[in-house]
Amino acid sequence: MASGSGGGAEQKRRATGKQDAEQEDVQASADVTEKGEALKDELDSLLDEIDDVLEENAEEFVKQYIQKGGQ
Amino acid sequence: MAITKVMGIETEYGITVPGSPDSNPVLASSLLVNAFSGRGRKVRWDYEEESPLRDARGFEAPREPEVPSDDDLGLANVILTNGARYYVDHAHPEYSSPECLDPRTLVVYDKAGERILAESAVRATQLTPGGRRIQVYKNNTDGKGTSYGTHENFLVDRTTPFTRLVRDLTPFLCSRQIFAGAGSLVRDPADNSVAYQIAQRSQFFEVEVGLETTLKRPIINTRDEPHADPERYRRLHVIIGDANMNEVATFLKTGSLAILLNLIEDDAVPSDDWQLANPVQALRAIAKDPTLRATVERKDGRMVTACEIQWGYLDAAKKYLKDRDIQHWQVEVLERWEAVLTQLEDDPFKAHRTVDWVTKYQLMRQIAERDSLELTDPKLALVDLQYHDVRLDRGLYYRLAASGRVERLVAEQEIARAVADPPEDTRAFFRGRCLAKYASQIAAAGWDAIIFDTGRETLQRVPMLEPTRGTAAHTAAILDASPAAEDLIRNLQG
Repeated sequence: MASGSGGGAEQKRRATGKQDAEQEDVQASADVTEKGEALKDELDSLLDEIDDVLEENAEEFVKQYIQKGGQ
Repeated sequence: MAITKVMGIETEYGITVPGSPDSNPVLASSLLVNAFSGRGRKVRWDYEEESPLRDARGFEAPREPEVPSDDDLGLANVILTNGARYYVDHAHPEYSSPECLDPRTLVVYDKAGERILAESAVRATQLTPGGRRIQVYKNNTDGKGTSYGTHENFLVDRTTPFTRLVRDLTPFLCSRQIFAGAGSLVRDPADNSVAYQIAQRSQFFEVEVGLETTLKRPIINTRDEPHADPERYRRLHVIIGDANMNEVATFLKTGSLAILLNLIEDDAVPSDDWQLANPVQALRAIAKDPTLRATVERKDGRMVTACEIQWGYLDAAKKYLKDRDIQHWQVEVLERWEAVLTQLEDDPFKAHRTVDWVTKYQLMRQIAERDSLELTDPKLALVDLQYHDVRLDRGLYYRLAASGRVERLVAEQEIARAVADPPEDTRAFFRGRCLAKYASQIAAAGWDAIIFDTGRETLQRVPMLEPTRGTAAHTAAILDASPAAEDLIRNLQG
């Protein structure tokens, strides 16, 4: 049953290929997650930094910002 | 006929003195200007050629709505060695850039203005008893119904009919806010709700054409005061536009308009069928829609988006420049214009690195999401304001720039040079260099003349009516060969 065993080998190859692809997918999604987390960390630290430089007492500060006239 | 575009930007900055709500803004503005220009003799402004009431439609305004108030008279008003004018106007410190020949140079000098204001504030604090701080914002509204301007100026061929300028510019100016707007939270007094608009200035414009700048603001301003030979030139005074923090936005807004004006001068805008049914309404409708999906009505009844209007202008500009001797900056403007329209049409947030209203909106949304804030939260109003703070260490735009989140166009060293030195390719070169070299012998100076006082019986006026003369190529050698103003005048006459 040459054809059968051939088919089996092919199936196996396919299965291996599929497995590889799956592994790659897992790897890729791990990369994306890692990258996503890195981006999120970066954003978090930026937002923290912005919190540090924002004027104190936002409500009062904005209320006091009044301009007289202008073109 | 298309002429070389000489251009500049004037900005009225917002100021506040934290902890002193009753401080006098006119005095604070004066303190800033004087703190910066305090060293050496101050050269006063020459008003002789000023005529802000002359109307481009061919008459002089009968009443005088905008002569300086008593408060403004006698206040700080100086010329800087970079060729700019720095003064107090309508209770704001105002920086008018020197004349530039291309939008990239204009970005450098516009940014130099920010550095000058920031440095003024540092020096003013050192001079003030008790160390009260004056803080400076490059924005256009206080969020309480007051707006202050950022005006662009372009030299235009006098033979271009003003009616054509109105016809061809109006749809462009109503729609360019999609990439030129700086964005702001706007409170609706009817129900106290808050919404984000893509431009700060749009809500303050009420009419299509007019001379006013402080009330009933017009989309097309008719002030006819060329500061140059009036037989050859007019100065288009564009009062509708936001102050930009993003360098690319300033580059694109002035570059696209400079190109468009060449098309208009050559009557190459196919805009008869682009006319808007109601420009003021369209301007406001576009401003109110951060999705950029809103459509506005044309005179022919078709409904179009702001992006579609801009694509029309971009296509016309490409066609016009195709067979002409195109300059490097024009190529860059066309490329950036196309790139930003593609981004905005696809998803406006894609333009977050170059378009101010998107940069700021994205930051607000990130903060709102992390802190679970409503749009009405004062913290977001503060972000809306502090984005425009000119301090490199406190301004939120500059925090984003430091972390690489916006695209810079020019180097900080170039900006530092432009704080002191004039551009080399317009008359600003001669003005700036004279100020640097002969300040003690200059009685007054303006855009189109310098008046020398060399100790003779009469003052000597050197006219500079042609903005493209007085460049480094024309005058550097003569300036180098003239140790004193007297020598300069003799050499100019010889």
